[in-house]
Amino acid sequence: MATAVQTVERENYLNSNYGIKSWLLTTDHKRIALLYLISITAMFWIGGFFAMMIRLELLTPAGDLVSSDTYNKLFTMHGIIMVFFFLIPSVPAVIGNFVIPLMVGAKDLAFPRINLLSWYIYMAGAITALVAMVSGGVDTGWTFYTPFSTTYSNTHVIGAAIGIFIAGFSSIFTGLNFIVTIHRMRAPGLTWRRLPLFCWSNYAAALIMVLGTPVIAITLLLVALERAFNIGVFNPQLGGDPLLFQHLFWFYSHPAVYIMILPGMGVISEVVTCFSRKRAFGYEFVALASIAIAVLGFLVWAHHMFVAGISVYAALVFSLLSYLVAIPSAVKVFNWTATMYKGSIRYETPMLYAFGFIGLFTVGGLTGVFLASLGLDVHVHDTYFVVAHFHYVMVGGMVMAYMAGLHFWWPKITGRMYPEGFAKLSALLVFVGFNTTFFPQFVLGYMGMPRRYHAYPPEFQVLNVLSTAGASILAVGYVMPMIYFLWSLRYGEIAPPNPWNAVGLEWMTPSPPPTHNFDETPIVTWEAYDYEHQPQEEVTVGH
Amino acid sequence: MATSDIQVAEHALQHHFADMEQQRETSTFGMWMFLLTEIMFFGGLFCSYLVYRASYYQAFVEGSQKMNITLGATNTAVLICSSLTMALAVRCAQLGKTKMMAILLGITMLFGFGFLGIKGVEYHEHWEHHEFPGPNFHFQTDDPAHPATDPVHTEIYYSLYWAMTGLHALHMIIGVGLVAWIIIAGLMGAYSPSYYSPVENVGLYWHFVDLVWIYLFPLLYLISKKHG
Repeated sequence: MATAVQTVERENYLNSNYGIKSWLLTTDHKRIALLYLISITAMFWIGGFFAMMIRLELLTPAGDLVSSDTYNKLFTMHGIIMVFFFLIPSVPAVIGNFVIPLMVGAKDLAFPRINLLSWYIYMAGAITALVAMVSGGVDTGWTFYTPFSTTYSNTHVIGAAIGIFIAGFSSIFTGLNFIVTIHRMRAPGLTWRRLPLFCWSNYAAALIMVLGTPVIAITLLLVALERAFNIGVFNPQLGGDPLLFQHLFWFYSHPAVYIMILPGMGVISEVVTCFSRKRAFGYEFVALASIAIAVLGFLVWAHHMFVAGISVYAALVFSLLSYLVAIPSAVKVFNWTATMYKGSIRYETPMLYAFGFIGLFTVGGLTGVFLASLGLDVHVHDTYFVVAHFHYVMVGGMVMAYMAGLHFWWPKITGRMYPEGFAKLSALLVFVGFNTTFFPQFVLGYMGMPRRYHAYPPEFQVLNVLSTAGASILAVGYVMPMIYFLWSLRYGEIAPPNPWNAVGLEWMTPSPPPTHNFDETPIVTWEAYDYEHQPQEEVTVGH
Repeated sequence: MATSDIQVAEHALQHHFADMEQQRETSTFGMWMFLLTEIMFFGGLFCSYLVYRASYYQAFVEGSQKMNITLGATNTAVLICSSLTMALAVRCAQLGKTKMMAILLGITMLFGFGFLGIKGVEYHEHWEHHEFPGPNFHFQTDDPAHPATDPVHTEIYYSLYWAMTGLHALHMIIGVGLVAWIIIAGLMGAYSPSYYSPVENVGLYWHFVDLVWIYLFPLLYLISKKHG
């Protein structure tokens, strides 16, 4: 199975040179991926801390732990950090950055210096946003709805908006780099139909990054200008239209959820095929479903505004279009399931996370269809039902996929194996903790508990206690990987080049890869996921 | 010529590309993608303009009466000329005529400064007349017989006018800086017929910024004029 363990220290991207400068000035996509990994992990814990504070406040019906003003800031900062500084960069900027050039058989991304620049821009944005938070916080909700954000809020809206504005450019540059790389840097023989599905889904997400992010940038810039100079583009007192803000905001922020989920779906495609030892069922459909989601995702934004005062006819159209997104999403879920059917499934940690993803994403996706229906949305709008829905997609889906990907490629990234037993336990804890946290919130929301209040009627307490208890299990599930990943850097078993016996170019180079990725440019003569016809032994680097 | 051309090419080829052809195609493709994001960036503002112009037509007509068409038209001409010199400069770079390229780029830069100067004069006029959104905004029509019907929404017109032309001017300033950079790099011998992607890409950027103005000018200055 796996090739012999290498004992001689071989030159790779980690030991080729040392020192802080060799990291901060690197243009190697693999090192930049690690820079991103460290930064977004820090942001994840900050955002997670705010989440724990929210759950602790909601342990009791009375608003006793924090004041309502502080609570507003807590959920706002939780949202801003998790959405803009963790979820959006997570899979693309860390795993995509590391793996995409390897998958396409390239020496680097198309624009290595822009790639490094994107990390610096991300850091500048993150620091700006964190300064705004430390110096007093923001209380508008991550959605910055006007006119509250432009006129009435007395918090650091400008700082947070500018932070997101800046970070947006890092996302644009990452997306641009991916698109150009996938178009122009593929190895000989690697046609679009042979491209791994991870590349397809990141390509689709990159399209959204490139087309959507500039719109949120200009929108938040207008909000900041409106606060600073008292101009009236969105302020109804000055003749502006708050609904226009919502249109512009959601024109990006709805497609943004596909920026978050599409790369995750790509990870799942890789993991499911590898641990089922089967070709991806309906490869073309899964690939095109990514593109379909990206395209349809741009046409559904106003389903966030059904009760905001848009016309009934507009609402009908947006409702219908929102239903349509369910089709390519379901294509993916069914095809993953069909890929597993009669496969020789191995229950390694990445696969456990992938199981979790498929189940939880399905729940999150189906409740999305509930929310897209006009009548039901009026009942559950702005309740915990919505909160549960998007956490099922974002945490149950996206974070699960991110964890699956981290475990899957960890041996490639670090050259070390993580401890499988602990990893399986943590995957189990995350699954149990997640469902205990968020399933009660569906019930709470349906019963009428609104989101964004720090106090609630006593009859909701049982379910809220359950949710908080689940959150603490979830926290343990996330702390564990943090510890054993760090542990594995020093004490983990040395990883062979291809520990999972997977196909894909990234597994044909040593772990960790050399700085230039491949000793010789590979020539691809096989389909993606050719697990049936091309046993691992026969797959070699072409000459 | 031929040897220095090869030297430039060897020097310019980045390690992760197979050949100059791939590198050139890649960088041009990347530039087009970047321009796509720029279109979306301005698109948010154009969309706001469209919505408000449809909603508050009269207020927008009155606002656009105060635009100085002569200066606006002059600026349009200046930008079109600058695009011509830019296009000629790219052609010179392609043919290896470095000196001529530097001269043409210098003229382009002068046009750029000219545009910004004229725009500054216009801004100054608006500022003097309190046509800047905010607490000091005060709008009155030139004709005392027809006072402003909807100054509140005319302020939105001016908000968008300043935001759109201001963002455009910022792009012009960046463009002038980029042109200065390629003049210096060009004179230092960085480009040759086999490697001139930076010149080409700055050219694309310059044409894009020019094109944005080609839309801004009619929308802000001309479109409502005849109804006045």
